[in-house]
Parts: sequence; C-alpha cells; structure tokens
Amino acid sequence: MNAPIANPVRPAFDRTLREDTVIVSIGPSHPATHGTIQIFTELDGERVVRADVHCGYLHRGFEKECEDHTWHNLIPYVDRLNYCSALVNDFAYCDAVERLMGIEITPRCRYLRTLLSEYSRVADHLTCVAASLMELGAMTAFLYLVMLRDWIYEHLADLTGARVTYTYGRIGGLARDLPEGWLARLHEILAKYEEFVARVHGLMDRNRIFIERTRDVGVISAADAINWGYTGPILRSTGVARDLRRDTPYLAYAELDFEVPVGIKGDNYDRYYVRMREMDESVHMIRQLVEMLPDGPVSVDDRRCTLPDKRLVYTEIESLINHFKLVTDGPQVPAGEIYVAHESPNGELGFYLVSTGGGTPWKVHVRAPSFVHMGGAHLMLEGYQLADLIPTFGSINMIGGECDR
Amino acid sequence: MSAVFDRIKDAFAREAPGAAVSHGILVLAVAPADVLAVVARLKEEFGFDLFLDVTAVDWPGEPLRFEVVWHFYSTRDFVRVRVKTRVPEADPTVDSLVPLYGAARFMERECHDMYGIVFRGNADLRPILLYEGFVGHPLRKDYPKGREQPLVPYREDPR
Amino acid sequence: MSAPARTIPIARAEPSGAFEYIATKKDELIGWARKFSLFPYPFVTACCAMEFMAVSATPYDTDRFGAALPRFSPRQSDLLMVVGTVTHKQAPVLLKVYEQMCEPKWVMAFGACATSGGFYQNYAALPGIDRIIPVDVYIPGCPPRPETVIDGIMQLQDKIARERHPILTREF
Repeated sequence: MNAPIANPVRPAFDRTLREDTVIVSIGPSHPATHGTIQIFTELDGERVVRADVHCGYLHRGFEKECEDHTWHNLIPYVDRLNYCSALVNDFAYCDAVERLMGIEITPRCRYLRTLLSEYSRVADHLTCVAASLMELGAMTAFLYLVMLRDWIYEHLADLTGARVTYTYGRIGGLARDLPEGWLARLHEILAKYEEFVARVHGLMDRNRIFIERTRDVGVISAADAINWGYTGPILRSTGVARDLRRDTPYLAYAELDFEVPVGIKGDNYDRYYVRMREMDESVHMIRQLVEMLPDGPVSVDDRRCTLPDKRLVYTEIESLINHFKLVTDGPQVPAGEIYVAHESPNGELGFYLVSTGGGTPWKVHVRAPSFVHMGGAHLMLEGYQLADLIPTFGSINMIGGECDR
Repeated sequence: MSAVFDRIKDAFAREAPGAAVSHGILVLAVAPADVLAVVARLKEEFGFDLFLDVTAVDWPGEPLRFEVVWHFYSTRDFVRVRVKTRVPEADPTVDSLVPLYGAARFMERECHDMYGIVFRGNADLRPILLYEGFVGHPLRKDYPKGREQPLVPYREDPR
Repeated sequence: MSAPARTIPIARAEPSGAFEYIATKKDELIGWARKFSLFPYPFVTACCAMEFMAVSATPYDTDRFGAALPRFSPRQSDLLMVVGTVTHKQAPVLLKVYEQMCEPKWVMAFGACATSGGFYQNYAALPGIDRIIPVDVYIPGCPPRPETVIDGIMQLQDKIARERHPILTREF
C-alpha cells in the first residue's frame, strides 16, 4: 500500500448546505478544462448550487524568475504568460520598459507591433472559439478553425522562427524585419480566414442545439462584471463598450478605423459572438495597417537597449563593449515604477514594473485578465447545469500561464 | 485627464499630500489606516469603478519593509490611479477592499501568498497560487529562488 | 497439497511447428497490436497544449498512428502524455493519474518543461516529471513542433514493438 498522496488545496466548503445535495470536485486534470483548474461544486441534482474555483496549478514562479534575469532576458518568460497570443504580451512588456526608459519606437515598429498584435488576437480568439465549440460537440467547426490557426502559426514562424512562443519583441524595437513575401502570404491567409469563418458562422450561429446550449447560460450582468474586475470580451459581451484600444489609444490604434462589438445579455452566446466579431475587426485593422506600413528601421538607434550591428561588433571596440555590456548587464533602466496596460485578447493585460536603476528588474508584476476572471467565475457557474460548466468555462478563456503565472 | 487628477489631488490634500502624476498615472501615497476611506471616496466620488490590481513591493532593510500598491481604473474618465502605502514587517496588515470590489478577493489572496500581507476583512486568505503546506512567501527577497517544497517525494533513481 | 489429477486428457498433436513459431513471436505480435492502438490520456497543463491541439487536428493528425482518440479516464488509457509544465502543486495530481492507469502503460514527456522543468528552475516548478514517475519518451522543444511530436510517437511505437510483453506484469 502506497502512502496517501498529499492534497494541495483545501475546499471552501466540506459539508453541504442541504441534505440532498452532493459536493463534486471537477479537475484539475479534467479533459474539457483547458488549463488546469479545480472547481468544487455543490450539486442539487444537475444544478450547481455553489462553486469554489481553485487556480494556481500552473504557478511556475514567473515573477521570481523575472527578478533573476536582465530586462531583455525575461522576454521569453513574458511570452509564456498568455501562450495563445504571445506577441501581445511581448509588446505590452516592451512598451512598459520603453516608457520607463523614455524611448520612442520607430514608426515602422509601431505599425508592425499593432499589426502583429491584431494578428495574435485573431489566433487567440480562434483557439478559444474552436475549443469551446469542440466542447459542445462541434468537431467540424473546431477542425476548420484549427486549420486556419495552423496557417497563422506557420506564417508567424516564417517571421519569428517559432510557432507558439515567439520572443519577437525587443526593448526598443523588434527582433527582425519582415521577410520577403510575408505580406503577400498575409493576404492569402486573410482571404482563407473569411472563407473558413463564414463556414463556422453558417454552422453555428443559428444552430438550434448551439443556441439552446449557450443562450441565457452563464449570464453575468454589467454591474457584476465591473465589480469583479472583468475586462475584454467578457465585459463587452455584457454591453459595456470598454476597449483600451479605443479609450486610451496606444501603438497605432488612434489612427485606425474599427468598431468595438458589444453583446446584449452577457451569456455564452454573446461571448462567442463578440469574439467572432472582434476577429473581423482585427482583420479589418490588419488590412488598414498593411496599407499604412512605412519603410524604415524596426529598432531605435539607441545604445542603451539596441544591440549594435554585428559587423561593427567585429570591427569596432566601442560596439564590442556596448554589445558585451548589453548582453551581460542588460539594458540599464532608470529607477522608477510604471504600470502599462494593453488590450490583450482576454482583457486588460497590465505590467507593473519597479526598477532601482539596474540591468535587472526589482519587481515585475502582471495584472493578468484570466486570473481576475477566475475570481468571479463562480457567478457564471452557480445556478446553471453541471453540463454548462464546461462551455461557460471555455467561453471565459482562462489561460493557465497567465492566470497562475 | 489632468483636470480629473487635479480634482483628486485637491480632494486628498490631507491624506496624500505628495500626490503626483508619474507616467500618466496619479500616485497617492497614503497611511495604512486611510486606505479604505480613500479608496471608497475614489470609487464613489471619482468613478474609479474597476479594481485592477493589488500587489506589494519588498524593500528589505527599510523600517517599513513592504509597500502595498493598488491600481484602479475609471471606466468613465479612462484614467488610472495608484494608491500605495507602507507597512512594517512585524505587522504587515492593511484593510481589505473586498467590501468595495469583488475583484479584490482573489488578488488579495495572491498578495497574501506571495508577500504575507494580511488583509483585514478578507475572510478567505487560503493559498491560491501556492499550495497547502507551503512555508514562507516566495516573492519576498529573502526567499531563495530555488528552495523547493515538494509535495511528492522524488523517486530514488530517476531514469 | 498435491495437484488434482487431470480429468481431461490432453491430446498430443503431431508437432507442425506452427504453434511453436507463434509462441516465439508472441511478443512481436502483441507489440505490433499494441503500438497501433495507443489510447493517450492528455495531461495538458501549459503552453504545449497549443501544439497538442495542432498535432491532433487535421494538418498533422495523430490518428494515422492509432494514437488520436484521447481517453479521458486514466483507467482506459495506456499512454500518459504529460503536456506542459508540472508544478509542485500539480505533482500529486499527476502521480494519482499515473497510479490509476492499468498496465501496460507508457509515459511521454511532451516539451522541455515536462522533461526537465525547462527554464523554470525555481521554487514552483517540478524539475522534470521523471522525478516522480518513469518516462519512456522525451520530446524536446519549447514547445515542440508537431513533427517532433510525431517523431516521438513513432519512437515510442518502435520501443513498444521491441519490448517484451509478458502476460502478467508483476508477481501475484
């Protein structure tokens, strides 16, 4: 007989409210919860009476790890927060450091970052919609959307060298410029996007089963959503048109024409539809950005953060020392603290950085939308059927890396 | 943006005398006892309805070791405000904001996990990112990065 | 106590060699059958899940290797795919899932984190799942490309084909 296995969590309730209810633990390794989360539910028949959500199963010490790396070296860690849209994390983090250093990025970099942020948003929403549709049994829609996402991954791999975690942002710019033919392929993929997403709309939007399973399920009111800190598509699905891209424009969003889609009821169907509409808006933005994209360098010419040209490193002592200092000590960021937020696909992604004026951060804190959303998730679960728990959870789009850090 | 900030500065001239705008965010440094009252007024009078974040910064060696930092956002004026306060290591206690914002519940648990800050009024400070039985607070600067506390004994002969 | 006498006499057939031939090839036969009917249990935790989704969907399609249909009960599966970082908080769960699986079972460490903890070498992350359970195949990459995963599955199939497959896996 083996020793009993330790239990890492303590449920909020271990006895039932009534005699005829039962407590069921769901997860953390449950097939349909993407990411690892544990939910203790008290069930009255099929109905959820109480829910206690536990996260933290993917807490891998991101913030501690950051304090041990230089400002540049922690970009790969930042990538793995929201791994569905790693580029948005990259750019939000770089933006925060750049503002702390007082660096103005080049126009081409600004437009490229905006374009890639929107491209990532498409990939993220595709993943979320695909997975939550699959959980409702819509395998065809899943395969369509994943096929599309795979083309986007391969396309981004052409640019960055990796399919999921790109490490493409740099403080003061980007790792490299677009390869030849990248924009032509982008147009092909956007055309494919329209074809495939139209098919999914045709399959799902007026599908009786889909509507029955999602309409008026997992409803959250606008007042509750704000009180519980919700941002992003979930807040917008309740009818509150709050979008940081519109309200506090950053990067090149002030120059773009786009709508902020909102829902009506704040239920699962609205969350699905808001995400689908947001992807359309992103594609619309990408097309505008391709037209606007100026020529020029992608990284600022600033010795404090940008690595010197490799040719100069081999021939010039100043560049060699500069390269050496940047790699071993890291970019020197002036003392101070800053909070910068970008509209990530899940909501407000904020970086709170504290620097004491060295090459490594004193503190890096992430305001992760998924984590905040988990705090109020019980509101969307209580009172609904147990079978609705998984689709509701899928529509929240909790990303483990970002939630637990 | 600056008009809102000026009104807030005037309103909190007593609680936060040195309020200043830093990188587009108004920073209010207040005493621990004033936090709840200041935030309640920010919410009611100035429309800071979105609780963004609470965390702490560790400054070892200083008499008031922990700096607790909150961020709020106004969905009406689209501005952010940062409230911060300093607490000593011996008694790292501040008032919980759970009565004002539901979102504070999880984030205060996380801050309690990572820094050991006690939020008076938050009844549920169970570990959230860490696990039952974890000793210490990993984001404190004196917690070594590599100190593991495994729940499962390692196999004797891996591979 | 002595063995009871046989009541049914065993008829001795003329040895043709066929049965003896099959008996020597038993492991190969079972291995061949087993390697094409892997029922994976995806223990999906982190970033690698994105590639796991890609590898099981249309473009890469692990169905070709008979390893597509995920079983969501550990008792029905024989391949534990640990996809992503396993933390100390998660370790008891992983161990419990592993212990619930029936023999024969294989374990695949999918990605750098499951293999060694990857670049998370700190208080929270488990430095490789082989600290708590035995692993058959390690797939490198952060996250691995789908081709690497397919290669990993094929190597596991080779390993299964070469293994001995005893009828009883332990002493009773």
